[in-house]
Amino acid sequence: MQSAFSLSFSQSSLTLPNRPLCSPNAAPRNLRFCGLRREAFGFSPPKQLNSCRFQVKNRRIEVSAAAGGNGAPSNKSFDYDLVIIGAGVGGHGAALHAVEKGLKTAIIEGDVVGGTCVNRGCVPSKALLAVSGRMRELQNEHHMKSFGLQVSAAGYDRQGVADHASNLATKIRNNLTNSMKALGVDILTGFGSVLGPQKVKYGKDNVITAKDIIIATGSVPFVPKGIEVDGKTVITSDHALKLESVPDWIAIVGSGYIGLEFSDVYTALGSEVTFIEALDQLMPGFDPEISKLAQRVLINPRKIDYHTGVFASKITPAKDGRPVMIELIDAKTKEHKDTLEVDAALIATGRAPFTNGLGLENINVATQRGFIPVDERMRVIDGNGKLVPNLYCIGDANGKLMLAHAASAQGISVVEQVTGRDHVLNHLSIPAACFTHPEISMVGLTEPQAREKAEKEGFKVSIAKTSFKANTKALAENEGEGLAKMIYRPDNGEILGVHIFGLHAADLIHEASNAIALGTRIQDIKLAVHAHPTLSEVVDELFKAAKVESPASTTPQSVKAAV
Amino acid sequence: MAASSSFLSTASLSNPKSTISFASSVSPAPIPSLRRVVFRSPSSRRRVMTIRSKIREIFMPALSSTMTEGKIVSWIKTEGEKLAKGESVVVVESDKADMDVETFYDGYLAAIVVGEGETAPVGAAIGLLAETEAEIEEAKNKAASKPSSSAVVPSPPPATSSPAPAIAQPSPAAAASDGPRKTVATPHAKKLAKQHKVDIGSVAGTGPFGRITASDVEAAAGLAPTVTPPPPPPPPAAAPAPTAKATTTSSPPLLPDASIVPFTAMQSAVSKNMIESLSVPTFRVGYPVNTDALDALYEKVKPKGVTMTALLAKAAGMALAQHPVVNASCKDGKSFSYNSNINVAVAVAINGGLITPVLQDANKLDLYLLSQKWKELVGKARSKQLQPHEYNSGTFTLSNLGMFGVDRFDAILPPGQGAIMAVGASKPTVVADKDGFFSVKNKMLVNVTADHRIVYGADLAAFLQTFAKIVENPDSLTL
Repeated sequence: MQSAFSLSFSQSSLTLPNRPLCSPNAAPRNLRFCGLRREAFGFSPPKQLNSCRFQVKNRRIEVSAAAGGNGAPSNKSFDYDLVIIGAGVGGHGAALHAVEKGLKTAIIEGDVVGGTCVNRGCVPSKALLAVSGRMRELQNEHHMKSFGLQVSAAGYDRQGVADHASNLATKIRNNLTNSMKALGVDILTGFGSVLGPQKVKYGKDNVITAKDIIIATGSVPFVPKGIEVDGKTVITSDHALKLESVPDWIAIVGSGYIGLEFSDVYTALGSEVTFIEALDQLMPGFDPEISKLAQRVLINPRKIDYHTGVFASKITPAKDGRPVMIELIDAKTKEHKDTLEVDAALIATGRAPFTNGLGLENINVATQRGFIPVDERMRVIDGNGKLVPNLYCIGDANGKLMLAHAASAQGISVVEQVTGRDHVLNHLSIPAACFTHPEISMVGLTEPQAREKAEKEGFKVSIAKTSFKANTKALAENEGEGLAKMIYRPDNGEILGVHIFGLHAADLIHEASNAIALGTRIQDIKLAVHAHPTLSEVVDELFKAAKVESPASTTPQSVKAAV
Repeated sequence: MAASSSFLSTASLSNPKSTISFASSVSPAPIPSLRRVVFRSPSSRRRVMTIRSKIREIFMPALSSTMTEGKIVSWIKTEGEKLAKGESVVVVESDKADMDVETFYDGYLAAIVVGEGETAPVGAAIGLLAETEAEIEEAKNKAASKPSSSAVVPSPPPATSSPAPAIAQPSPAAAASDGPRKTVATPHAKKLAKQHKVDIGSVAGTGPFGRITASDVEAAAGLAPTVTPPPPPPPPAAAPAPTAKATTTSSPPLLPDASIVPFTAMQSAVSKNMIESLSVPTFRVGYPVNTDALDALYEKVKPKGVTMTALLAKAAGMALAQHPVVNASCKDGKSFSYNSNINVAVAVAINGGLITPVLQDANKLDLYLLSQKWKELVGKARSKQLQPHEYNSGTFTLSNLGMFGVDRFDAILPPGQGAIMAVGASKPTVVADKDGFFSVKNKMLVNVTADHRIVYGADLAAFLQTFAKIVENPDSLTL
């Protein structure tokens, strides 16, 4: 179980073979990965290509209509054009795009707007990581000395740190709510469920109809059997983000994104950490080379040890003067291996879809391990393998790629489809990031995945690597530790995957993810200019280091420039 | 010792033929060149004439200053394969990176002593290199006869992302279990134990639930506990220390209910300075000073905000102006460093700490300015806002315990200064003058500790005499 969940990212990306990177009617211009943009209309590209002009004009008209109150349903027989169940980042992204497209939209939320990401996930954890990054820097005398800085002992106030996280969540939640209100999205309060085709119930007994329905109910922390969560000494990320205590010694079960980020937070705040990983290696799902380097930087020199290839079969919270007890069994033989005694345990074994009580039985949909089965267009598949008309599922609930911005992108993709433009999201162009210090980011395939694919399809794979050690900006920051790695096809210059470990890696990945999304080839992008000195030159170097056999294409852009 | 003679320096590369290398191995570079396989003769090291060095040991190179052991990631060459000078032979994983290690001899990889995935300490033989094909067999026998001795250590837990699930987690705690009490050590404690070569099983745990914490290991290793040690532990401790430290590992266990409180940053700074002070040869000279006049002056200026500290600092400053050698310091053991300013540092105790705010130009500032300055510094010290130059620019230190009734004490000379003055309480004392008349005078004992490399007994005596004169005729202090 544990391994299945921590691997879900790599598995899902493996199961999506070779989708066309750019099809003419899937202009990725409309793909916005950030579900947190504050207003829908702030974005207007300064210059549109001729072919797009008509569409843009059209959109503006719709916009003004929509801004006048979320319009009226285009089909009078429905209350709404689109109803979204779940106001997390996925639902929010879909709602904003739907209004932009002129759909009368409602969003149903049974808990708080913002979902996991904003309230119990990415957002508050970034606040904690912002603190841990600074603490780490201030505590590192050697690092400070190399700047010529002198800092007396750095300390922190736990409540102050916790408040920063909760304040940030509140602020982002308000931004999200306001952005939807401002556009006239109806926010309906209460748990939503599907009553039948195109019919949704929310709260006690409010029934509404909609032409299309998107399920975006997200996920909750997954707790394996045998683990007793008491919320104090045995906790999930939901509790950990409140930072009600900083234990001296905490075991983290699972060494994926969540576990890694929390190890960064806890060790910076003075805890010692023991990782428990079911697979034979820490950080499964990352490119092996990156995880090896990451382990050298993020694990080995810190107060962290680990047990790999083991399950935590039983975890008992601290009570009656006893510490938290963790029974470890071998992941393969299931034999008892060890018993750990620690002050606290954080369960970061992945996330389970939150799909109970959705009324799926009403439309004959059976979940798979809780996930709602969907096709590549996020259309829900019923128990007979048939598509359920007008019903879509995005985000963690479908389990394709459990990332906030993936949910949002899927939502936008669905809205594109229901407004008459076929669209298939290329999941291999969705970047992922882990916000440790330094950060880890990636897009596309890992090297082993790429090699496997290359073998199957008979093409050659090359690797380009650059180091942060050679980057002026990184050295100025005394942060030369880091590696960027690109996996590509030398024959046509296609980027298959990019993995970055180093300062601000999470921000650097987008050049690569955009190139993959837009189908830009290395021989073209390598001619683009990067400001000096910036960290982006690490990626620039990567493109320039690649040896591609095909010549640069003559793009309309460059022709224009030549004239 | 052995290191510099047995390691072959890069310089000798130009002489690829065996024996010469050992003659030239006394050449400068003491550290084996990075990224090169380091060779040494398996037979006697120094005898130039032994031409038995045709089979060489390839041993684990030190790839970084902090590296104590390395893991063989992969052998690029297989046994029996021919090697050319400069070719990569093996990939070694250190604490920092994977590196290709090259040979700088032609020959044959005769035997692999430490296999892939195994770990060997720096300097241990990991393979054998034969010069000719004929010698391969001999080398193999040699390898077989010494069953990899110290070299092969199964990969220890925190070292690596080990590929073999079998060795995934034989945590030391588990191994040592089934005793009367299971040994529980925190991750940091285990790392420190490994770093300082402390046997974790022999450490008494004083942490919660009897677990072994980092400070227990530090205590066992005879180290001062550090406050929030920065992630990469400073290298110096790694290499030379362990041998010396190893003997002290079994320090007496703590009493059962003792509690361990790690130093704050300030306390560790004090500790560090105090240890450093041991390297300076110091001596002490005491002097009784009559304070009747000073006390009278103090009563007069007290309402104007003048403190006793300011008075003493001013007096010391003025005396120092006349005896610059006492205000000097010895930086390198070879010369006097005369300071152009007289900056009197005054030791102050603040909740659990000790800091020395500095009254700069104590000889030049007037009493009132000094007193004002002092108040400001003490305020800053309490709120931990002192800037570095406000506590580390002292050229002379004053420490006064008189207010506690201490009659005399002995101060430790802070590193970087020439002298420190310890001031006791001023007490009514019966004195007989030269005519034999008894009288009662207020006397205070002043004791100065100085660096004897630059300050000699007569210097100190003269300085104290001047100081006493100033204190006994304190009018000059108010000028």
